[in-house]
Amino acid sequence: MRTGSLILAILVLLAAFPAAADDTAFATARIALVDELRAYGRLDPPPGQDGFKEHVLEALLDVERHEFVPDRLRSEAYANHPLPIGHGQTISQPYIVALMTDLAAPDEDDVVLEVGTGSGYQAAVLAKLVKQVYSIEIIEPLAEQAQRRLKRLGYENVTTRLGDGYFGWEDHAPFDAIVVTAAATHVPPPLIAQLKPGGRMVIPVGGRFTVQYLLLLEKTEAGDVLTRQITAVRFVPLTGKH
Amino acid sequence: MRRLLIAVFLVSASAIAYEILLMRVLSIVHWHHFAWMIISLALLGYGASGTVIALARKFLEPRFEAAFAASALLFSMSMVLCLALGQRLPFNALEVIWDPWQFLYLAELYLLFMLPFFFAATCIGLAFTARRETSDRIYFSDLLGAGLGAALVIIALFLLQPQRVAIGLAALPLAASILLVSAPRTRGAQGRAGLALLQLAWLLGLLYALPQDRIGLRISEFKGLSQALAAVDARVLDERSGPLGLLTVVESPRVPFRHAPGLSFTTQFLPPDQLGVFTDAESLSAITAFDGDLAALGYLADVTVALPYQLLERPRVLVLGAGAGSDVLLALYHGAEQVDAVELNPQMVDLLRGPFAGYAGHLYEHERVTLFAGEARGFVARHDERYDLVQLSLLDSLAVSGSGVQALGESYLYTVEAMARFLARLEPAGLLVITRWLKVPPRDSLKLAATLIEAMHGAGIAEPGRRLLVMRNWNTVTLLAKNGDFTESEIALAREFARQRSFDMAWYPAMPLGEANHFNRLDRPWVYEGIAKLLGSEAGAFVDSYKFNIAPATDDRPYFFDYFKWRVLPELWQLRKRGGAGLIEWGYLVLLATLAQAMVAGMLLILLPLAIAPRAWPSGTGWKMGSYFFLLGLAFLFVEMAFIQKFILFLSHPLYSVAVVLAGFLVFAGLGSAASGCIARRFGRHPTVTVRAATAGVAALVLLYLGLLPPLFESMMGLGDTARILISLALIAPLAFCMGMPFPTGLRLLAEEAPGFIPWAWGINGFASVISAALATLLAIEFGFALVLLLALLFYGLAAMVITQSASAFIWGPSRHR
Repeated sequence: MRTGSLILAILVLLAAFPAAADDTAFATARIALVDELRAYGRLDPPPGQDGFKEHVLEALLDVERHEFVPDRLRSEAYANHPLPIGHGQTISQPYIVALMTDLAAPDEDDVVLEVGTGSGYQAAVLAKLVKQVYSIEIIEPLAEQAQRRLKRLGYENVTTRLGDGYFGWEDHAPFDAIVVTAAATHVPPPLIAQLKPGGRMVIPVGGRFTVQYLLLLEKTEAGDVLTRQITAVRFVPLTGKH
Repeated sequence: MRRLLIAVFLVSASAIAYEILLMRVLSIVHWHHFAWMIISLALLGYGASGTVIALARKFLEPRFEAAFAASALLFSMSMVLCLALGQRLPFNALEVIWDPWQFLYLAELYLLFMLPFFFAATCIGLAFTARRETSDRIYFSDLLGAGLGAALVIIALFLLQPQRVAIGLAALPLAASILLVSAPRTRGAQGRAGLALLQLAWLLGLLYALPQDRIGLRISEFKGLSQALAAVDARVLDERSGPLGLLTVVESPRVPFRHAPGLSFTTQFLPPDQLGVFTDAESLSAITAFDGDLAALGYLADVTVALPYQLLERPRVLVLGAGAGSDVLLALYHGAEQVDAVELNPQMVDLLRGPFAGYAGHLYEHERVTLFAGEARGFVARHDERYDLVQLSLLDSLAVSGSGVQALGESYLYTVEAMARFLARLEPAGLLVITRWLKVPPRDSLKLAATLIEAMHGAGIAEPGRRLLVMRNWNTVTLLAKNGDFTESEIALAREFARQRSFDMAWYPAMPLGEANHFNRLDRPWVYEGIAKLLGSEAGAFVDSYKFNIAPATDDRPYFFDYFKWRVLPELWQLRKRGGAGLIEWGYLVLLATLAQAMVAGMLLILLPLAIAPRAWPSGTGWKMGSYFFLLGLAFLFVEMAFIQKFILFLSHPLYSVAVVLAGFLVFAGLGSAASGCIARRFGRHPTVTVRAATAGVAALVLLYLGLLPPLFESMMGLGDTARILISLALIAPLAFCMGMPFPTGLRLLAEEAPGFIPWAWGINGFASVISAALATLLAIEFGFALVLLLALLFYGLAAMVITQSASAFIWGPSRHR
């Protein structure tokens, strides 16, 4: 028993020292990642905007992504690719997070709904930019884990709950923006109903590890619904002069 | 000798059965492409066995019975253990582009699954080497076993879950092992006792594992089924195992399925309760709760596929690919007078007629619905009825995924010939309707439009553009092809339907460009512009310059789902980190990677040791006889694969085709092998006569069949299943008989002149069989199956030339033994 405690104490101490060094390394990696994202920029930004909005990149610089990935993948946290977080879910590629956040056009007074909390990373990024984030998750262990994590990291303006995202979150509707983590066969009509006129919904379409495009759904002031397919990259399917 | 022949039969039967079984298991737990890749590489165990026997021949040959028995026992054990262990490796196929470690896990999977095939092949290779004087009879047993094994496993898969079939199969090589140990000639009492003890222990192990699910299926957590089951309170209600796929019915009360492709944003209705049905833990279809009250299905008025029902009054409908019944329900909702529904998978039908009949409102027993279990092309060929509406459901075909012979799924539903036949089933003013998922940039929608246009041109329709109408939302495209020109009033109805539901028209006769990209905007109106180009005079140039392959698929090249073009790869690869990875068509690359890996691994395992090993055979043997067995391996598989393809249409079921063609080819080739022994005894020392005669026979028959089969099939499609199976076997028999001769004849030649080369021949032949599967698919995608057959003829011809030269060197040339 005593030997066990001793070994445990040594292990804890051993783990604590690299942690201090890690924090600096993580910060450096985060800066490098955001620089990479800035260099890639956003394709066809709205008029007057160049690449990603700076406050979106700053939010990514603030949020410690390594806190949102499984321990064994921490060293990969600032690589620009998606990572598995268990239960068949992933934490999205940072580039896609930046793009989705930028497309949601967050404003400091906004109330945003997220469907699919996952690790909680996207919610944390949004929380830096808007007044309040509501987030729904259907997988129980993930929902609990994300809730604890966001609380521990001090994200006071994120409220999460376990449940079906199809019907949105009526109590807090309407929303300025809605971010959906995974596409279904159709966009849930209740979600569209909970979007404010002038609001935006962003949905990634494709596989867990390879997003094909983002669906940007906009509700006009008159209440009409228009969508745009946003590809992350410029790819013209024709060669030559067709 | 009889014991040995039975043992070879058992090992060979279980080896091919295990291969098909592994394909099923890996398709369920991973994905079909990767399953195929892993198995292709694992088959290199065949090649490696040749190398090991060659190097250890002096040791193994005197201990033949014990070595065979040990190897058969190890085969039996590795069948079960590798299946259990392989599923515990953390391989995630989806992550390979991001995580280099995945390649390590993949390599581990290759090595692991190589083991059973290595041990199986060691048994048979040893038999050829040590009992070379009877190679024709061994080859006969080998092929007969393989043929019956293929048929056996397909039946077994209907009865048991695949992981349980594995345990049953493991009993066969164990029996083979016991047969050989108890043979009177076995040397060494101690070794025998040890082996017998191990056999007994393993038998008890199998008996223990059989009643319980000790292996299990560990399905990737990223597959649709796993994701659905992760939701709160979701649970499996039923499961049906079968060679066409594992069907799993899932209930998810807290997070319902709501499967409704193409549902409008503007709808006031929500989908009712549904049960999800997953095929191989992926591709969801839904059983919709239906209590007979059609009014509760209001959402069916607001889906893109409802469009044709706006244009038709009480239509007679044919639904191809009825699945769990969504499109049948759609037809009933819209007042169809009669619905004929065709479904390929009998187990899907069982679910809808059995345990879930009540839930689905006895949909398939409805007075206006008639269900036909079968394949769509076969149904259309055998029934002359005409319909107001022929609907092809949004279900990607299951292809021959059950068989393990294809990397990229071929489909005979989306070829020019298929479209021509579907169009020919339309009443005047009838509609053919096909819905596809919209890819960005568009791929399948344009390929389908190109296919329809070519089919209409083929039917002598001068202006197909007047008969096409295309509508889309953000993720689906619905194409309508009419038997007649679309009228002004129909177009007005369609436009109004689309406008009210925020759908966009993507084509109708004389449509203005400005209307194309309104509610759901792409970068450009790609679908409209593409169809306009495909209908114009420069259609060919457009198809060439498009960065994805949208050239129509044909029955000879039935690869509708292949959109890959080489020249775009560098561009896409560069874009992958910026979010462009979703644009890459992975299927084709997986196929290429498989081929490349098999070639490299094969060279390392077989050709390299051959080059550096000390030689003990006459000159003229090594590279020449090596290439003889290599060419035979390629040619045999090329013919076999092309015939499986050709017969899918005729037997109108991929499973029938695999079972009948594989069993037919292997059994009749086995008979050919046995006959070659008799012929050789009659012609004495001129074995090349047999090879040349057999090659001439193969050439004559293949050339005859190339011309004869299409019209023959066309005229006999209407016959019953049994008649078509018998005709198929009759057609295969003479060809396979000839194809069975060259291999044992070559072995006999070696047995006399260079026995040390026999294991090499076995290994090289195995290597060729492995790469031929990937190579034949690649060639079929690029050039069609006719070319695959012609190449097979070329290989047989070259093989005949090579053996003629080698034989003269042995028989009449100076002896140059080193």
